[in-house]
Amino acid sequence: MRLEIKDLRVHYGKIEAIKGVSVVVNEGEIVTLIGANGAGKTTILKTISGLRPVSSGSINFDGQDINKIPAHERVDLGISQVPEGRGIFPGMTVLENLEMGKFNRKDRKNEMDEDLDRVYTLFPRLKERASQAGGTLSGGEQQMLAMGRALMARPKVLLLDEPSMGLAPQMIANIFRIITEINKQGVTILLVEQNAQQALQRAHRAYILETGNVTKEAAAADLLNDPAVREAYLGTGAH
Amino acid sequence: MNFSVITTQFWSLVLQGLALGLIYALVSLGYTMVYGVLRLINFANSEVFMIGTFATLYLEVHVLGYATNSPSLHGAKLIWTLFLVFVGAMIACALIAMLVELVAYRRLRARGANRLASLISAIGVSIALLEGMRIITISRPMTTPRLLDKWSFGQFHGANFRIDTMMAIVVPIIIFVVLDRFVTKSRLGKSIRAVSMSEENSKLMGININRVITLTFCIGGLTTGAAAFIYTTVYENTVFNVGFNMGIAAFTAAVLGGIGNLRGAFYGGIALGMLEQFASAMLGSQWKAVTVFTVLVVVLLFKPNGLFGEAVQQTRT
Repeated sequence: MRLEIKDLRVHYGKIEAIKGVSVVVNEGEIVTLIGANGAGKTTILKTISGLRPVSSGSINFDGQDINKIPAHERVDLGISQVPEGRGIFPGMTVLENLEMGKFNRKDRKNEMDEDLDRVYTLFPRLKERASQAGGTLSGGEQQMLAMGRALMARPKVLLLDEPSMGLAPQMIANIFRIITEINKQGVTILLVEQNAQQALQRAHRAYILETGNVTKEAAAADLLNDPAVREAYLGTGAH
Repeated sequence: MNFSVITTQFWSLVLQGLALGLIYALVSLGYTMVYGVLRLINFANSEVFMIGTFATLYLEVHVLGYATNSPSLHGAKLIWTLFLVFVGAMIACALIAMLVELVAYRRLRARGANRLASLISAIGVSIALLEGMRIITISRPMTTPRLLDKWSFGQFHGANFRIDTMMAIVVPIIIFVVLDRFVTKSRLGKSIRAVSMSEENSKLMGININRVITLTFCIGGLTTGAAAFIYTTVYENTVFNVGFNMGIAAFTAAVLGGIGNLRGAFYGGIALGMLEQFASAMLGSQWKAVTVFTVLVVVLLFKPNGLFGEAVQQTRT
């Protein structure tokens, strides 16, 4: 088991945003969290990466309780997050952004070329734009940059927060194809999405989240055919 | 009003304005660097400058043993002595700046206090340092020994290229060039830029935010210390409240150039120094502050983010 979240509770002030959620992500899986706005998907990811403090419950990574580990050290453990809205550094070039992804790795210098190669192979567009400021990229390119930057840290688990948000359909398909590709290279993925259709097609397992609670957990393919899920998340007309 | 000085004293005013402005620019880095990463106005920086002038005095008089009537130094001994005092003042200021951050800001930040609390804390530290020095020095102005004989390279259209004036121009320029390279090219410099763009996303890169914050206070302290050394060497005296006017001027320079912006501090400082010199010469020195702040208000009306609106950290590569 790569990542195990047990009975997680998270508060924003007095408001309980996550009300006892348990999620398991096994080695090599793509697991997706699906839910409406405000269901708590982003909060869960931020809590795993250490940006939000835990009220109660535990987060285990590779069998180690990481609750007390500060966010900037969790990257070293192998947890990388691609934040909602990409979170690239707009004033840095594409190359600089990618370099920042390796900020803390001890073997940065030796790994750099190899990992840049790997990222450029997945995202050839980034290579063309290497010396361009990150802020001048299109939304889809920024998403590629954010994912590439996270991969530079050689993560064991990649946390993806709404990678399809605001992108054109063709770009969405492209991004999801690459997510599968990254997973095939051995990276475990926890994917948060509102685009349930795409997410369920790509994922192995899925959790449905409603206002801070997990209401359903199943194989992704089963949920694709679940009438209630279809109605709530895939649109009634979809087939 | 005397406009003829523009023609008769032009080069002299430019030279003096540059020298003064670049001292402002160095001090304004203490505000602008910290603002860039914390969005906090580090009011204690004026007193870091004050400490720097006294550190210079202390090193010259008590550590190296020069008296106010000691003869000036020459050759290698002069260079080494000044260099030692210069580095000493920078280190003293960097240590004080980092200490201020640790004592006055860090705990507040860890507890999630709002910026207003940090701002009040900054003013508190500033007053404590100021009044502490008042007690230690019994409010007396102090004169520093003239280690550097004020000889001149020569005149150019009435501008006197004195050694200390030249030092006040050349040293800050070198510091700015080095710092600009550091921030744009080095790994640590890039971490400062990253945090100034987004603290949260920097954490996701594995950047230790507290370390970056300490680093920016350290750099701000170093440059402010350099300014304090130059100031003390040029004016040869200091007093417990020397930081007050300097702090206001440097902060104004930072805002004029665009706070949070390294090059903004540089050009803002120069602009302010020139303005002061020309306003004093043309309108009389009592009009200096009126002119400077009128210009500041007008600039901000048209460019609310200062002359160099966007932070250099964000636009430059």
